[in-house]
Amino acid sequence: MSAVKVNVRVNGTAYAREIEPRMLLCDFLREELELKGTHIGCEHGVCGVCTVLVDGESTRACLLFAVQADGAEVRTVESLAKDGQLSPLQQAFRENHGLQCGFCTPAMLMVATELLEHDPDPSLEDIREAVSSNLCRCTGYFNIVDAVRTAVAMIKEGKQ
Amino acid sequence: MNSPHIPKHIPSEGYIPQSRQREKPRKDYKWIGKNMKRVEDPRLLTGQAGYIDDIKLPNMAYAAVLRSDRAHARIKKIDVAKAKALPGVLLVMTGEDAKKVTGPTAQFASPPVVQYCIAVDRVRHVGEAVAAVVAENRYIAEDACELIDVEYEDLPVVVDPEQAVHSTGDAVLHPDRGPTNLAYRKTFSFGPVDDDFAKADRVVERRLRWARSGAQPLETVGAVAEYHSGTGKFTVYGNSSFVNYVGWLVGASLGVPAHKFNLIPVTTGGSFGSKLFTHKVLTLTATLARACGRPVKYMEDRLDNTMSCDNHGSDRIYYCKLAVKNDGTILALKFQVIDDYGAYLQFGYGTHGNSLCQIVGPYRINSVEMELVAVLTNKCQQGAYRGFGSEVTNWMVERMVDAAADELKMDPFEIRRKNFIRPDQFPYVIPTGNLYDSGNYPAVMDEALRIADIKKWKDIQAKGRAEGRCIGIGVATCQERSVFSATEFWSLNPLDTPGFQLTSSPESTQIRIDPTGNIQVTLGSPFWGNSPETIATQIVAEQFQCDPGNVNIVYAGTDSAFNSTGPGGSRFTVMIAGAIVGASVKLKEKIRRIAGQMLESSPGDLEFRDGKIGVKGVPGMEKTIGEVALFAHYFRLGLPDGDEYSSGLDASYVYDHPLTTMPAADRSHLGIFYPIMGHMCHMALVEVDPKTGKVKILDYVAVHDAGTVVNPMTLAGHIRGGTAQGIGSALYEHFYYDENGQLLTASFADYLIPTLDEMPAQIRVGHVETPSPFTEYGIKGGGEGGRMGAPPALTRAVEDALSRYGIRVDELPLTPRRVRSLVRATEQRQGRTPGI
Repeated sequence: MSAVKVNVRVNGTAYAREIEPRMLLCDFLREELELKGTHIGCEHGVCGVCTVLVDGESTRACLLFAVQADGAEVRTVESLAKDGQLSPLQQAFRENHGLQCGFCTPAMLMVATELLEHDPDPSLEDIREAVSSNLCRCTGYFNIVDAVRTAVAMIKEGKQ
Repeated sequence: MNSPHIPKHIPSEGYIPQSRQREKPRKDYKWIGKNMKRVEDPRLLTGQAGYIDDIKLPNMAYAAVLRSDRAHARIKKIDVAKAKALPGVLLVMTGEDAKKVTGPTAQFASPPVVQYCIAVDRVRHVGEAVAAVVAENRYIAEDACELIDVEYEDLPVVVDPEQAVHSTGDAVLHPDRGPTNLAYRKTFSFGPVDDDFAKADRVVERRLRWARSGAQPLETVGAVAEYHSGTGKFTVYGNSSFVNYVGWLVGASLGVPAHKFNLIPVTTGGSFGSKLFTHKVLTLTATLARACGRPVKYMEDRLDNTMSCDNHGSDRIYYCKLAVKNDGTILALKFQVIDDYGAYLQFGYGTHGNSLCQIVGPYRINSVEMELVAVLTNKCQQGAYRGFGSEVTNWMVERMVDAAADELKMDPFEIRRKNFIRPDQFPYVIPTGNLYDSGNYPAVMDEALRIADIKKWKDIQAKGRAEGRCIGIGVATCQERSVFSATEFWSLNPLDTPGFQLTSSPESTQIRIDPTGNIQVTLGSPFWGNSPETIATQIVAEQFQCDPGNVNIVYAGTDSAFNSTGPGGSRFTVMIAGAIVGASVKLKEKIRRIAGQMLESSPGDLEFRDGKIGVKGVPGMEKTIGEVALFAHYFRLGLPDGDEYSSGLDASYVYDHPLTTMPAADRSHLGIFYPIMGHMCHMALVEVDPKTGKVKILDYVAVHDAGTVVNPMTLAGHIRGGTAQGIGSALYEHFYYDENGQLLTASFADYLIPTLDEMPAQIRVGHVETPSPFTEYGIKGGGEGGRMGAPPALTRAVEDALSRYGIRVDELPLTPRRVRSLVRATEQRQGRTPGI
């Protein structure tokens, strides 16, 4: 299969690659760019553990070809911590025990990132709506909801 | 200790061995019992976990597997020519090819059911591996799978477990085992069952059906394997948790001895039992790597996993009889269980061995009889899923207790309370021979009632019912055995097949203190989504009275680990505590000896305090652990002669199962094999919409007794997460095979894992602590908890909600469709308009 060019910014860095047009975005991130934080759970768009932000919108990276992200800005979990410091969301997940095996966690963090960028003060219902888009098999979701609420409070207080 | 309760049919003399507990439970812990933030989290939160799919070796190739679309067929011919010719394809392997170099996969059944990593001659379920391809990348490998032509000759398909008992001819899956799909049938009787039934005022009878569901962790199973032809040694990365327990058996399938098979654990993205062994994937990947001469990665995709994993759970039909007195006293339990094991028998009848350790629940039931009917059908084999069979018997026993309460018109709480083993009766040996080490069941129920505010729940129910709404309350009081001993895998085996000696299932650790005083702890048990690093860190910090920040945890594979069983059966916390205490005792003795020389004090006068070791009662007269460590590493020649002063600070310890004994030769009892007995009370308040069949959980309370709690936050995490899985098993999840053996719920669009929308607003968790007299610090396991209590509590709550319809719930899952069909049947019986 002939290769095509794709230009994409991922976590602020511009990448130009020649890839097969059928390569999924999740495989592109993991195999071409070696960003292993985006995971693959079902490859049919249900579980959401591959969720990344494409131009700020949460997107199933298993349902998008990498070439469809040509020209886009992609953000993954690797973008969250700065200078070795966990982001408020990451800290809140840790404080609230919002993760166990951690496999769904990067995607949950990206879903929550999108939510808080759209609305820094979401209602509990908004948070539940966002978290309900993805599956977690370990936690029962309660601590994830609590983590997002904690992060909202932390950001409000300007805590880092 | 009280004098133990031991049933009359068990010889009581010396039946309960002495406790080996060294660390008595106490109140003044510095690190144990604290909500310490998890050590594991930072790497998981930043995308640096290092799961199996994150491993990439130089020159690595990728495998894909062609799977059967038939449930039962002879493989007549496989044409791989087109696949082999595809550019980028390195290897195509059929079952015939694989069988020439790799033997049958390891298993625990006796006599075995022969299974290969790729099917040979015949496929026995949809999704069974038929051929494997290795290529330069996964895309090409999958393309090549589509180019393989397989010619099948269809055979009769067996999906109904009750019909499977009668299969003959071509419908028999494994003719080499005899002309039947009946894998095993045997009756086990414990205590005076007939006498007890003769004393009964009433016998409550039910047929109960527990549907097949599975763990379905979000990470599938995978492996990366490399074969070094120069040394003849395999290096294999896998997400198995039996790495250092029976990992070498995979090497045996490959035809290499244990020291030529290094299995390295990686961070695992959830297991819940499903990744205990992962032997099929390990064996297949290593076989492919050896054949193609390059490192190979094979990752199951989701369909590979749902159709051919090791995590389809129990699939049982029960015919039960409960002998009761009119005052609610339960005398005896008798049942036949038909278990649909699918096409192979990975863990033998271990899930029933497991069930028998707590088959009487928390109740004083005097005798038990089980007739086990294990059948083989054209479905994926069963594996392990959180509870390993005991979650099903918890549901069955609780269903029977609720049924008895209904027949006797007793309150569900009261019939339970009346039959509870009393706090003063422990240690308590149940009719099957297993020991319940300790417990306080009324206290757990009282705490649940308090947290729930039962009066409030009853008000909500009364008010709702007055408005015509269907609101129900369910309660379950269940056991949560912990710390498995391997007896469960073999005690039910036929007596004429090779037997076992008493089997330990040990756990080890190696503790090294570096020259700067930091403590490195090596675990032989991998991370599978639990909190092994956090738990080990807390216990080490408690032992050395040091800062947890000075502790670092690493994992060992088969080349270097000592005997370790890994997580499973709610054993890890108890077992690693035993190993850490054992190693710490040795290491602290050496530190005392050296510090004694440095401080010119007697080692017996020294104590560990705040990261230091100092003379008791003399503040300031002390050395840091770092100072002692530096001395121990470099200046040993300044110490007296003798091996006890040899350079360095390290110790290892293998902690064996704390309490297990042999079954009786005639299996009139099974010995002590799962004695560290937790307990739980789950309460659910639900509303059922009789028009749609939807079940909404309005409130939920779960109180657990896991003995001394090391980290309440992570234990609560297990309880809530396990309850979420229990909600799935009770209300939504079902591996459903149609009459052709097609798995209709193979994708996550059809196999319904609960989302947040299906959860209650909160699961309110409580802990009651009854320390074990047999484990270090009195810890009990709690890893499986929630899933072992939620199904019976929810089933009863739904039944109670629908009480006006007179509905009896005997089958799970309670999907909207099933609830509607129950309501519709009543409406039709009552001559009302059936509705939609």
